[in-house]
Amino acid sequence: MSLTKQEVEHIAKLARLSLTEEEKEKYSRQLSDILAYVEQLQKVDTAQVEPTSQVTGLLNVMREDEIVDSEIEKELIDCAPEKIDGFVKIPKIFADK
Amino acid sequence: MELNKLTLTEAIKGLREKQFTSVDLTNACFEQIEKFDGEVKSYITLNKEEALAQAEEADRKIASGDELPPLLGIPVAVKDLFCTKGLRSTGASKILENYVPPFDATAVKKIREQGGVILGKVNLDEFAMGGSTENSGFFPTKNPWDLDRVPGGSSGGSAAALAADMCLYSLGTDTGGSIRQPASFCGVSGLKVTYGRVSRYGVMAMTSSLDTIGHFGKNVEDVALILSCIAGKDPLDSTTPDEPVDDYLKEINKDIKGLKIGLPKEYFIEGMDESVRDLILAAAKKFEEMGAEIVDISLPHTDLAIAAYYVICPSEVSSNMARYDGMRYGLSNRDDKTLEEIYNSSRESGFGAEVKRRIMIGTYALSSGYYDAYYKQAMKVRTLVREDFDKAFESVDMILTPTAPTPAFKLGENISDPLKMYLGDVFTIPASLAGICGLSIPVGLDNGLPVGAQLLGKRFDEKTILRAGHQYQQVTDFHKAKPDLK
Repeated sequence: MSLTKQEVEHIAKLARLSLTEEEKEKYSRQLSDILAYVEQLQKVDTAQVEPTSQVTGLLNVMREDEIVDSEIEKELIDCAPEKIDGFVKIPKIFADK
Repeated sequence: MELNKLTLTEAIKGLREKQFTSVDLTNACFEQIEKFDGEVKSYITLNKEEALAQAEEADRKIASGDELPPLLGIPVAVKDLFCTKGLRSTGASKILENYVPPFDATAVKKIREQGGVILGKVNLDEFAMGGSTENSGFFPTKNPWDLDRVPGGSSGGSAAALAADMCLYSLGTDTGGSIRQPASFCGVSGLKVTYGRVSRYGVMAMTSSLDTIGHFGKNVEDVALILSCIAGKDPLDSTTPDEPVDDYLKEINKDIKGLKIGLPKEYFIEGMDESVRDLILAAAKKFEEMGAEIVDISLPHTDLAIAAYYVICPSEVSSNMARYDGMRYGLSNRDDKTLEEIYNSSRESGFGAEVKRRIMIGTYALSSGYYDAYYKQAMKVRTLVREDFDKAFESVDMILTPTAPTPAFKLGENISDPLKMYLGDVFTIPASLAGICGLSIPVGLDNGLPVGAQLLGKRFDEKTILRAGHQYQQVTDFHKAKPDLK
């Protein structure tokens, strides 16, 4: 299993990470090593095995759909890099044409 | 008397008997930090002003003689992965370098409600990704036993601060060994709880299907006491089942006659450090002398656990790290114009190399066409590892293994080879995948460096491993060994 530089660039784009040229080189080598190591999982016969996603046995833990005042609404908004009128301010999500 | 060197149990007694005050105790810890943390570098943020106010408040309560909760007035160091209200919480990441949360993690809240004294926030591998604390976004922490060596990780700051007597106990997290391995490297007792035993609310998520909260103590009795204060169901964490919390302090005083302890052959393999193996086998012999029965067992899927872990962990990391997008909190490079440019640039400058590496692996493993081959297959292999333990626990009460294949390694020794670093987790990861509990206790020194034994217990059976660990510490002194700090 070996990752090309183009594949690394594609994964980085999906992950919203800018990488330097040096990082792309390094990651294509290191990720290939790690993927080669985990390749051994493919050899295990798991046709009759159910996946384990957690071990508590809990299933669909529900609560009443009630409004509870966090009492820290203002402080939470204040954590944002930019805010306006009690809302988090973000840049336009569509580019100008 | 050096108050900072007391155990939790001794300190509680001294406070009640008014031999000293919480302010004395707190000052003793800060003096130790001032003397030695310049070299050890375990603390990221000190909370001196608030801690002293908490200590004064505790002293008032003790003077009034009301009913006094156990952790009242006791100084604690908190891994910087826990959110602490009004106190900077970084996850050792540049992306949260200036983040001050307006709320407490549940575990921290419980300590505050008892009147605990929060000394400060201690170092870790960025967002708990690593086994040496070298992946901190700020600086590496040193092992108090040998400053050229790592304290282990990811909870390296918590273990080092405690080993150097810069606190009386400390909080950490364990996903694949992040409490047990640093406990082993630093010669302290550390507990990874059963998945779901302690609330994770307010602790930055890494691998949600495996993350657990736990703690370090100077002996197992302290560890048992702390667990009784922080365990239990939390409406804010839906992964905490309504399992009763045992009376751990009572349970640990029972003897271990007839206790069946399994020794898995897969944990005593060719090529492992011989001194480590000998120390673990000596501990097994001691348990036998104490009346336990040693049983040879097999956990046949052990060798697949690391591969499964290093698919499951990065996959969940890539999803959990998506929240750091520079919009609601944390670093945000707003000079970049578009939304996507802000995402890319904030994450590039905010995340360190290991975090980026895991995000990349996980994004690849979860991307279209690869999910079944990687993540789903890893979760199936996880089932095989879990069933190994379930089967073993039909015939034994507890399992004894080395915590790590070697004592603490040198700073820089593994940092350029991520795969080699990952393989160091070989003895702690299987129990994490099984979601069971594990305790690391000191069992001796190898060339002056501490070695830990790992006691693994059934799900929600912390009482048995704590009992075995405490009983062992009643007849041995390895947990009392201290590094020679100068």
